[in-house]
Amino acid sequence: MTSMPKIATVSGLALCLGVGWLNAAEITFVSQGGAYQEAQTKAILDPVTEKTGIVIKQDTSPDAWPVIRTQTATGKPIWDVIDTPTKDCLRGGEQGMIEKLDLAAMPSVAAMPAELRNDYSVAYEFYSSVLAYSTDAYGENGPQSWADFWDVEKFPGTRALRNHPLATLEAALMADGVAPADIYPMDVDRAFKKLEEIKPHITVWWTSGAQSAQLLADGEADMVMAWNGRVSAVMAEGAPVGFTYNQGILQYTSLCVLKGAPNLETAMKFIDAAMSPEIQANFPEYIDYGPGNPAAYDTGKISAERAAQMPNSPENAAKQVLNSAAWWSSPEGEKAQERWAAFVQQ
Amino acid sequence: MAQDANTGLTSEERRERRMILILLAPAVTVVGLLLIGPLLWMCWQSFQGPDGFTLVHYQRFLTDTVYLSSFVQTFRIAFLVTIAALLLGYPLAYVAAKSQGIWPPIILGMVLLPFWTSVLVRAYAWLILLQRRGLVNTVLVESGVIDKPLILVNNEFGTVMATLHILLPFMVLPLYATMKKIPAELEMAGASLGGGGWLVFRSVFLPLSLPGVIAGSVLVFVLTLGFYITPELLGGGRTFLVSMLVSRNIELYNEWGAASSISMVLLLLVFLIFRLASTLIPFERIMGTR
Repeated sequence: MTSMPKIATVSGLALCLGVGWLNAAEITFVSQGGAYQEAQTKAILDPVTEKTGIVIKQDTSPDAWPVIRTQTATGKPIWDVIDTPTKDCLRGGEQGMIEKLDLAAMPSVAAMPAELRNDYSVAYEFYSSVLAYSTDAYGENGPQSWADFWDVEKFPGTRALRNHPLATLEAALMADGVAPADIYPMDVDRAFKKLEEIKPHITVWWTSGAQSAQLLADGEADMVMAWNGRVSAVMAEGAPVGFTYNQGILQYTSLCVLKGAPNLETAMKFIDAAMSPEIQANFPEYIDYGPGNPAAYDTGKISAERAAQMPNSPENAAKQVLNSAAWWSSPEGEKAQERWAAFVQQ
Repeated sequence: MAQDANTGLTSEERRERRMILILLAPAVTVVGLLLIGPLLWMCWQSFQGPDGFTLVHYQRFLTDTVYLSSFVQTFRIAFLVTIAALLLGYPLAYVAAKSQGIWPPIILGMVLLPFWTSVLVRAYAWLILLQRRGLVNTVLVESGVIDKPLILVNNEFGTVMATLHILLPFMVLPLYATMKKIPAELEMAGASLGGGGWLVFRSVFLPLSLPGVIAGSVLVFVLTLGFYITPELLGGGRTFLVSMLVSRNIELYNEWGAASSISMVLLLLVFLIFRLASTLIPFERIMGTR
């Protein structure tokens, strides 16, 4: 417990100097940078500071996983709370790199649906891998399902998928007729077999969100699986693009705390405040990503029109598949990732 | 002059040697700390697993098919880029070396100009030119040369094109330096003995320019082996090079050792290439020190 002396000092000082000092508690919060982190600063971080007095230092890491590993290997991490893909919180937890959440100290997290949290992390923000298409190529009758995406007769044109199996395998199974409720555990062989069918028609296997947006904006691909926030940004710039939430793969990043974090207790307090429905309801005001806590939709802060644009509003969520981080961090999930490069390369 | 009985050096010579050592010390320290040290550490890591010494990272070369195909693809692209750079660079260097007045600086300036632009900017520029609705396809389709846009990017072709653009100076400059040193009298002598232009070029100029050819080719080939951003942006996911294999391994196996082992193998292959090149032509001449 390296943080004990520090807590003792802080409490001692607080006794001497009054409660004002308790508010000087601080944490280091890490997210993925860019417009996304800026939106969070306004939607979540600033309101949390206002509500709790926790001073939030920020850091940025587009791929935090190797850094988590390096920081915790030394036993003295410098980060406290990270916003990262759920599977990294999960496998990190299993490998002793992530602290368990102290649910007793987190009423707003404890009140959330159990499927949106686990021992180590809680759903923080939702996005969706959706089917986007060029309205130049297909007009208003664009593809509406992954079966349409695979149907090169009815929808001729170039296509692009993410160069990663996550969400792509799910889409392949839905294209092959698997009902959304029966996706997990995934039949990986069946998914890859279906992907072989569409492979000759894939112009680009994209690697970054910016690239997927550019493919749509430049008309390089007529149909793209892309993240909803990227698609709506391109549409806002006036590109002839449309998309559907139908059969989207709903994904979320989660908050988790590094093992041995320097400000462990404050970190747990921060998560509880950040996950409260009122603060979570700020997300849609700044970015097209949905609140991790679905109770935010009941606060009255999110208008019906705005909710309709959000990936995880109750109505949109019902059309989609909730990605299973547990499956992807399981040995089968890791094997599917190993297999991916060989598939794309051949 | 005092003569040292053991080394046979005068005190002046010894002083000079000490001076050289002192002058070299900062550079040697930097190279040792920043190059040799990390390399040794990487080598050590490549044999480390969660339970100490392991060969598991090297075993993947035999079990994971992606390893072999990545290396094959990387070497194929490096070979294509080198050949293309030679075909484009040789005539260019020849003209620059033979021309007079303001032409050599203009030609070399044009070759060097792209150097001042970031690799990223150049990659995106190629994307804009070569994509489906890009400049090249638009012109070709609208002038009726082709019916359907050609696939010029997001594949190996686009990768080779952009890499070639970036590395061409590395071919032209050693070639130019070598050609400039070939005495014009030798060609005149050849001509005076009755040789035609082509014969003189083939039997006099070409053999004498070979050190430049080898130096440029080795440079371009080895640099291509380590390319990352260009194939990532222009390969459309189809060019999966060794550099990407390194990053995939950190992501997938969550161990620096997995990535280190690939780097070690690539490094050994590069050493091997230099070794082969130096049997063709002495190393000093490749690097242009003498």
